[in-house]
Amino acid sequence: MNISKVDGKNTKHKVFVYALSTCVWCKMTKQFLRDSSVAFEYVDVDLCSEEDKEKIRKNIKDLGGSLSYPTTIIDDKKIVMGFRKDLLKEALEL
Amino acid sequence: MTSSTIEQLRGRAEADARTSGCYLIPDKELLQAFLEGLQTNEQRYGYPSCPCRLASGLLEYDRDIMCPCDYRDPDVAEYGSCYCRLYVNKEVFEGKKELPSVPERRPLEKQARAFQAASMPREQGSKAEAAADEASSEKPEDLVKIGPKMWYCKQCGYVVFREDPPYVCPVCKAKREFFAEIKTKVEFSG
Repeated sequence: MNISKVDGKNTKHKVFVYALSTCVWCKMTKQFLRDSSVAFEYVDVDLCSEEDKEKIRKNIKDLGGSLSYPTTIIDDKKIVMGFRKDLLKEALEL
Repeated sequence: MTSSTIEQLRGRAEADARTSGCYLIPDKELLQAFLEGLQTNEQRYGYPSCPCRLASGLLEYDRDIMCPCDYRDPDVAEYGSCYCRLYVNKEVFEGKKELPSVPERRPLEKQARAFQAASMPREQGSKAEAAADEASSEKPEDLVKIGPKMWYCKQCGYVVFREDPPYVCPVCKAKREFFAEIKTKVEFSG
């Protein structure tokens, strides 16, 4: 799986974003995290192999999320669906 | 496959917004980003599926998320914009209301089905397409049962051949409840 890593000063939380390369709100989420200097990892699901997509689907479902993008997973447990600045700020204590 | 230019996609979206009584997102940069997403999907799959949803790459399973998607009209009516927010209503367009956040209306079964279809080996994938084409043929066990049906609008007579009736009649704007299925019977003899 092609996981991209973005460095940032804020490493308080482990942040992982499931995104689509074509999705505007996924881009905004990534940009928001960059602008807030949050270190995070992301994967563009539409560019993954079918095998990886299946793994991702299971992972998101196991965490209780639905299959919408962006899905931001914080510390392997908290899920923020969509580009929600308010929820991201709250979860990341920004 | 020749793909559309951004201008062609913009023209198509504008024309569609006009005929369906909605507007395109007023922010020029966002609009450009949406059109680029649609263009990428058109180049990748051969049809402009929603840039904010994961497509299976099989037309039969992605038909409902081809932009403008099946869910646009009810979402614009209920929330003020479609799921990805390319299409908005007048209030949002005029800046009287903020861009809403729209929950996914596409049923989970359809999302899962598209996933399942996309993860099948190619050979089976074409079987899925064949199964979709021939609604009456026997389907492989787990395969997604897609059987296009015929529907007609009781108000204006518009006829459509799809899995589900549209939420809104594209001709007379009657609601989904106005659609009835046309049952056809095919008999072979001789």
